[in-house]
Amino acid sequence: MKRKLSITITILMIGMLGVIVTGLTFGDPGDHPMDRYFIENSQQQSGANNVVTAVLFDYRGFDTLGEAAVLFTAALGATLLFRKRREE
Amino acid sequence: MQMSSIVKTTADILFPFILIYGFYIIIHGHLTPGGGFQGGAILASGVLLLLLAYRYSESTQIVRQVMMKTLESTGLLLFIIAALSAMVIGAGYFFNWLSPGGFIFGDIVTYGSTVANLNTGGLIPIMNLAVGIEVVGAISVILLALLSGIKEKI
Repeated sequence: MKRKLSITITILMIGMLGVIVTGLTFGDPGDHPMDRYFIENSQQQSGANNVVTAVLFDYRGFDTLGEAAVLFTAALGATLLFRKRREE
Repeated sequence: MQMSSIVKTTADILFPFILIYGFYIIIHGHLTPGGGFQGGAILASGVLLLLLAYRYSESTQIVRQVMMKTLESTGLLLFIIAALSAMVIGAGYFFNWLSPGGFIFGDIVTYGSTVANLNTGGLIPIMNLAVGIEVVGAISVILLALLSGIKEKI
């Protein structure tokens, strides 16, 4: 019973994945005015040749600040978890 | 258990090259693919190589946890200070005020495929450097914390 259920769920999952993969179009994203704006203006506005870095550190600077804060918090948590205990 | 001398010699030879490559990725973050996060991860992988090749007590003579904590805090502080520094000229938080001026990192970039010039980008290279310092510090602190649990075994 359990085995049959697991096999059914697996086949169902594979079928759903197949529907999703074959249903979407690849390699031809729709033209969006935001993409065109970043490509055409980011070099003059930010002074960086790399558009990805221009978006990451200039247009979306707050997002990078959050990422840095998350990494800082992760290191803080790791040191807190593996700190020296008193009884050792 | 101790690693063999082949592993130690390979780590010794590879370590400076990994550092140079990581700094290259960080400094050229505004010109080529890469940036602070990626370069910092490469630098931290060099630190991990040293940590794995030597004993815990030997490698922590070189890679101290206090140093890495200081690097981490310095990177985050430098990032926030660089973002705040735009308020000196009355602009908003994260404004790239160094970019068009003729100061450091202040050359003008025109639209299109131009020759890569390191002296461009304004605040972006400084922020890349800050994030790179922060990432190498944070990942090294995590690695040292994880390795400190098995220091008696190796």
